[in-house]
Amino acid sequence: MAISKTVEGPAAACEGVQSGMTFMLGGFGLCGIPECSIAELVRLEVNDLTCISNNAGVDDFGLGLLLQKRQIRKMISSYVGENDEFERQMLSGELEVDLIPQGSLAERCRAGGAGIPAFYTPAGFGTEVAEGKEVREFDGKPHILESALTADFAFVKAWKGDVAGNLVFKATARNFNPMMAMAGKITVAEVEELVPLGTLDPNEIQTPGIFVQRIYQGNHYDKRIEQRTVQTRESA
Amino acid sequence: MLDKNSIAKRIAQEVRNGWYVNLGIGIPTLVANFIPQGMEVEFQSENGILGMGPFPFEGEEDADLINAGKQTITAMPGAVYFDSAASFAMIRGQHVQLTVLGAMEVAQNGDIANWKIPGKMVKGMGGAMDLVASADNIIVAMMHTNRAGESKLLSNCSLPLTGVGCVKRVVTNMAVLDVKGGAFHLVERAPGVTVEAIKEATAGHLVVPSHVPEMDIA
Repeated sequence: MAISKTVEGPAAACEGVQSGMTFMLGGFGLCGIPECSIAELVRLEVNDLTCISNNAGVDDFGLGLLLQKRQIRKMISSYVGENDEFERQMLSGELEVDLIPQGSLAERCRAGGAGIPAFYTPAGFGTEVAEGKEVREFDGKPHILESALTADFAFVKAWKGDVAGNLVFKATARNFNPMMAMAGKITVAEVEELVPLGTLDPNEIQTPGIFVQRIYQGNHYDKRIEQRTVQTRESA
Repeated sequence: MLDKNSIAKRIAQEVRNGWYVNLGIGIPTLVANFIPQGMEVEFQSENGILGMGPFPFEGEEDADLINAGKQTITAMPGAVYFDSAASFAMIRGQHVQLTVLGAMEVAQNGDIANWKIPGKMVKGMGGAMDLVASADNIIVAMMHTNRAGESKLLSNCSLPLTGVGCVKRVVTNMAVLDVKGGAFHLVERAPGVTVEAIKEATAGHLVVPSHVPEMDIA
């Protein structure tokens, strides 16, 4: 019989969250971010957090909400443009920032979830990113050693999920969510639609429920668009 | 001198049938607009799509469907979505045939800088470091000089590097240049731009052949 992961809502899902913890948060820009869990973290007023997330949201949405309240001590990201408050806190030294190449960030999360302590990658060789890291040549090409990342909690967002924690993502909202789901000691998945067991086709599940400890259906999704780009029908 | 669309048009001529192509933010994104009808090319965006299509019609934007520049896009028939680890497996594993990206500086040895101005601007490298470290075929699309009128083609990069010795070709508003043997080699000049003007705007070592044809971007 399937192991049930459902919890009532974001408050129950965030039980055990404490100041000083390390979190992973899925999403790329504002696409596929765990909106409801972020709102709960703001409400809980936990601080001194280390957040691992590809981006840092915008000033008034996503991780920007936690930055506004100074709840984050350190960010581990690949790209942090589009957020003035972030830039201000970083340049003033209030916020510690570890910028790492996007592919290395994805793989470090995947490795953390997959039981691989470290791996070599060519990305960042000869740059600031390589400082203090072991360099080794393979087939005549230099690579740097990158270590795995894990987190006390991973907060991910999916399109559909079931009681067993199986997840299906929509379009490019998948991004970092599957790897972060693997790398959380406790992974909290919020979904737009929580469906009954047996509804999801096992052939099409993208994150197996074994990686998810808690799942709930979010009650409202803002799903903001950062860059609304369109074409007019005449130009097509 | 070329405008941004013309730079993109010239770069589109480098794309070959059957290629998977990653386009960076800015001028590189425009390259997709100039691929000839019928050519079999798929665009990869590192946030997790292969088979990226044009911008959606107004009212059809989907917050869940964006490119790496966070712009709303569409998916072509045959498109596929994937996670970020799979995306960079495609990039690192050299399954993508061409990478086009912007730069703040390029050096004559192929070094590129495009992610940080110390003390001023720190946006991060995004996927650029993974892309330049692994791609065999990297074309930089940029203006020949910066806003202050200083050359962006240098003997050494002054800004923090994104990658070392990786740029193969640069297409600017003034010229097409190959980067090899520790020098910029002038390949083509933009319509109406003289070799003298290109020499003047290039701070790094520039090799000029006896004949430099004009770009054909009609």
